[in-house]
Amino acid sequence: MSYKQKVLDHYENPRNVGSMDKNALNVGTGLVGAPECGDVMKLQVEIDELTGTIKDAKFKTFGCGSAIASSSLVTEWIKGKSLEEAMSIRNTQIVQELSLPPIKIHCSVLAEDAIKLAIRDYLNKKSKNSHLNKEDSKI
Amino acid sequence: MRLPIYLDYHATTPVDPKVFQVMAPYFTEIFGNAASRSHEFGWVSEAAVENAREQISKLIGAIDKEMIFTSGATESDNLAILGAAEMYKDKGNHIVTSSIEHKAVLDACHFLQSAKGFEVSFVPTDIYGQVHPEEIAKAITNKTILVSIMFANNEIGTINPIAEIGKICKERGVLFHTDAVQAIGKVPIDVQSMGIDLLSLSAHKIYGPKGVGALYIRRKNPRVRLSPMIFGGGHERGVRSGTLNVAGIVGFGKACEIVQKIMPQESIKLKQLRDKLWNGIKNGLDEVYLNGHPVDRLPNNLNISFAYIEGEALMMGMKEIAVSSGSACTSASLEPSYVLKNIGVGEDLVHTSIRFSVGRFTTDEEIDYTITKVIETAKKLRELSPLYEMAKEGINLKTIDWTAH
Repeated sequence: MSYKQKVLDHYENPRNVGSMDKNALNVGTGLVGAPECGDVMKLQVEIDELTGTIKDAKFKTFGCGSAIASSSLVTEWIKGKSLEEAMSIRNTQIVQELSLPPIKIHCSVLAEDAIKLAIRDYLNKKSKNSHLNKEDSKI
Repeated sequence: MRLPIYLDYHATTPVDPKVFQVMAPYFTEIFGNAASRSHEFGWVSEAAVENAREQISKLIGAIDKEMIFTSGATESDNLAILGAAEMYKDKGNHIVTSSIEHKAVLDACHFLQSAKGFEVSFVPTDIYGQVHPEEIAKAITNKTILVSIMFANNEIGTINPIAEIGKICKERGVLFHTDAVQAIGKVPIDVQSMGIDLLSLSAHKIYGPKGVGALYIRRKNPRVRLSPMIFGGGHERGVRSGTLNVAGIVGFGKACEIVQKIMPQESIKLKQLRDKLWNGIKNGLDEVYLNGHPVDRLPNNLNISFAYIEGEALMMGMKEIAVSSGSACTSASLEPSYVLKNIGVGEDLVHTSIRFSVGRFTTDEEIDYTITKVIETAKKLRELSPLYEMAKEGINLKTIDWTAH
C-alpha cells in the first residue's frame, strides 16, 4: 500500500476507537498535544496484571489524517505487547510504516509520547496503590 | 450532479464560457502587439485593449485613462504600495494598513519597513474582522503617505466601511488604496463616492482568466503618481512596462461587463445558496461558529469553525468537496490562519476552520449534498475527538495543562 492508502485506511477505518474507565487501576491514560497546536491524542491501555501485557488499547484523536492514522496504528501495535516492548516503540517506525512526509513527523512523535504517558500513568497508579496497600497492612 | 463540487470560488473561478468565447480569437487570428502603432495588427489589438479598459473602469466608476493592466492583483497591490512609497518618500515614510490584509499588501509593507526605513501601522480589527474608521484616523500622522485597507477579506468575507475610511483619508490628505479583489462583482464599488485613490483588481476571481489584473490610479483630485516597479518599453503610461496580455485583457473586460449586468441578481442568488449551506450545517451540528461579520459580509462567503474537529481531517473526509481551511496542516508554512488569529478567534478554533465560497455555477443540489456530507463527516470525527468527549463530560478544556509540542 502506498502512503496515501495506509493513512487513508486508518482514517476511514480507525482501529480501536473509544474510551476506557480512566479511574480503573489496570488502565493507563496518556493525553498529549494541545488544541492550540491542532492535535491532541488520548491513548489508553488496559493491562493484564497477571502477564504484565497490554490486553487492550483505545484511542481518540483530534488532529489531521496523519495524526489519526498514527494513533490508530499504534493501538494495533501495542496490543498483546509487554510494557517494555510497547515503551520501546519509536516514532521513526510509525513514520516508516505510514510513509509520513517530513511535515507530519510530529504526528508520529505524539503517538510515541502517548504510549509512554499511558504506560507511565498505569505504573504510577500501581505504585501508589501498592504503597497504600502497605500503609493499610501496617494498621 | 457532477463530483467533485467546487466551493472555493474565493481562490479562483472558472472562466465563464462567454468570456472564453470572446478571448479565443486573440490567441490566434488577432495576435498583434497592442504597442505596435505602425500597422493594422497592432491597431486592432490596441482597440480591443482600450475597449476592455473601458469595460473594467465602468464597473468601479472610473474613467479608462485611470486603469492600468498588470499580471494580477499581487502585482497591483505591490505597485500601489511600493510605487507610492517610492514616489512620495520625501513627503513621509509612514503607511497605515490592517493586520488582516492579503499577504501581497502585508509583505510589501514589511519590505518597506525592513529595507526602506518606512514605518507601518497595522491597525487591529474588531472580532468580526472589520476595520474601524476611527482606528485609521488615530493611526494617521503627519508622516503618513498611504492608507491601504482591503475592501473585503478573502478568508472571512468581512466588508470594510470603505467610504468612511476614504473620507478620513481625504480630510487628512493621505492617499487611499484598497484591494478590491474579492469585493468586485459582489458589491457595488464607486471610486468617486468612496474616496478611493488606488484600487487593485484581478480577472480570475470574476470568471476571467488568470494572469491579468488591473490597478486603478486616480487622475484628478488628487492626481496620483506612482514610481514604476517594472521597467522597459514604457507601456501603460510608463507605470508598468511589458507587452500587454491582449487575450487576457479582452477576457477581463468581458468578465467585468457580464458581472456588472448580473450583479444585482447574482449576489442575491449567492447569498441564498450561502445561507442555505450555513443553516443546513448549523441545524445539523452543535458548536459550529461563524467567523467574520454576520451582516457586512460578501454574499458568497461562509467561514465556519467546527469545534473539536481539525480542519484538514474534515477536508479529508469530504474530498469530493473543494474548500479551504485555516488549519496549520493545510498551509505550506504550517502556520494557522493569521486572519482568524488576528481577529481574535481562539487558536484552538482556528485549526477547526473551513472556508466555503459559492459562485456562479453552484447549484442547490450541490449545496444539499455538501450539507449532508459535512454533517456526516463532522459527526464521525467528533466521535473520534477526545476534546469533544471531554467537553461533553463538562470538562473546561481551558483548564487543562496541555503538553504542547
